[in-house]
Amino acid sequence: MKCTVNGQPQEIDDVWEGESLLYALRERMGLPGSKNACEQGECGSCTVYLDGTPVCACLVAAGQAADRDVVTVEGLAEDDELHPVQQAFLDAGAVQCGFCTPGLLVATHDLLEREPQPSDPEIREALAGNLCRCTGYEKILDAVRQAAATSAQSKAGPS
Amino acid sequence: MAMEFLRPATWDEALAAKAEHPGALPISGGTDVMVEINFDATRPEYLLDLTRIEELTDWSADGERLRIGAGVTYTSLIADLADRLPGLAMASRTVGSPQIRNRGTVAGNLGSASPAGDAHPPLLADDAVVEAHSARGVRHIPITEFYTGVKRNALEPDELIAAVLVPPADGPQQFAKIGTRNAMVISVTAFGLALHPSTGTVGAAFGSAAPTPRRATKAEQFLAAELTESGRWDSRAELDPAAVTRFGALVAEAATPIDDVRGTADYRTHALSVMARRTLVWAWTDYRRKRVRTCA
Repeated sequence: MKCTVNGQPQEIDDVWEGESLLYALRERMGLPGSKNACEQGECGSCTVYLDGTPVCACLVAAGQAADRDVVTVEGLAEDDELHPVQQAFLDAGAVQCGFCTPGLLVATHDLLEREPQPSDPEIREALAGNLCRCTGYEKILDAVRQAAATSAQSKAGPS
Repeated sequence: MAMEFLRPATWDEALAAKAEHPGALPISGGTDVMVEINFDATRPEYLLDLTRIEELTDWSADGERLRIGAGVTYTSLIADLADRLPGLAMASRTVGSPQIRNRGTVAGNLGSASPAGDAHPPLLADDAVVEAHSARGVRHIPITEFYTGVKRNALEPDELIAAVLVPPADGPQQFAKIGTRNAMVISVTAFGLALHPSTGTVGAAFGSAAPTPRRATKAEQFLAAELTESGRWDSRAELDPAAVTRFGALVAEAATPIDDVRGTADYRTHALSVMARRTLVWAWTDYRRKRVRTCA
């Protein structure tokens, strides 16, 4: 199967096309960032971009991703520099056990691409498909607000 | 058992594949099918991927109805059609999460034909028609004849859903759903209402309270007659509270729910009568303001 993952062309053999894209990413391409938990689209831990749209990788058949463009949490950072969304999650203490974090990062990244200055209800709606069992979400909401503020500042240019 | 993955590039190829392998399981957004496969609940011999067929993601005006292609996602429907199909859009907003709505489709809801599918009550209330295709030809199935049992539908083994045809709203529409939270819930029970002032009729239907999604026909007829005989379609006067109560009771009477992990039969019946009354009052309030409600 051929597809593009995080900008790199991938060609993997022995893929059973009915297995999930999540399994193919984790077990065949060595990209364990996307997490495997519920396998039924409930938890959002496996959220990735498929042709620019956030989806649960556990609900995409690997064969459906052929010739498509996939971006995982591993593709958010540039070189050694964390993406502002990732940095905000660290700074705000939005990461505890870290299991839900990759999915939340992709969902937040997508939200801020669509709506750079989201309201609190918009943040809650955008993250409604991502479960966290540690933080109680307050720190996560802080991180999203902080990431929005950081990107607004960087867009305004250096002061 | 090995499962073969069929990836037709065109609709004709898809219909030919379905004719050759009637047991093939169609997959589009995968939000139902992949759950079954991940949990080994189903292992079809053939999986028929429809996501390469771009025309399925189109919607268009088709005479007096909107034709929603089988690949139109809930996200697209909400973005593009909420003004013309407010009831279906409200139901679509309650489906899963953003990630699920980005993949899931109304046609997938129809294919699965779960009594809990959120799209079913508005489709029933709005007299939708399922457009089924096969290598033999095209068949239009009225939505009231589509649901044949728990997770069973009227499709023949060689047929695929090409589109669903829905008349645009001619009056206020509403949708309500009971669940434990606001996202990611399978409905305990759900109710859809469409008022049709142009024909003096009412559409009322529910999910998760019978083996199939179902219309509350007696409730529809009662309310339509009440509104017509009292002249309220024209006067837009306040509803008679006794009529609202009776409407709720008739909706509840149409249900034949069961006890299960999500709720008891008694609770579902009670909740339906409450939702029917509330949505009727909301819809009528909109009608009195002479506008169609477009957002939940």
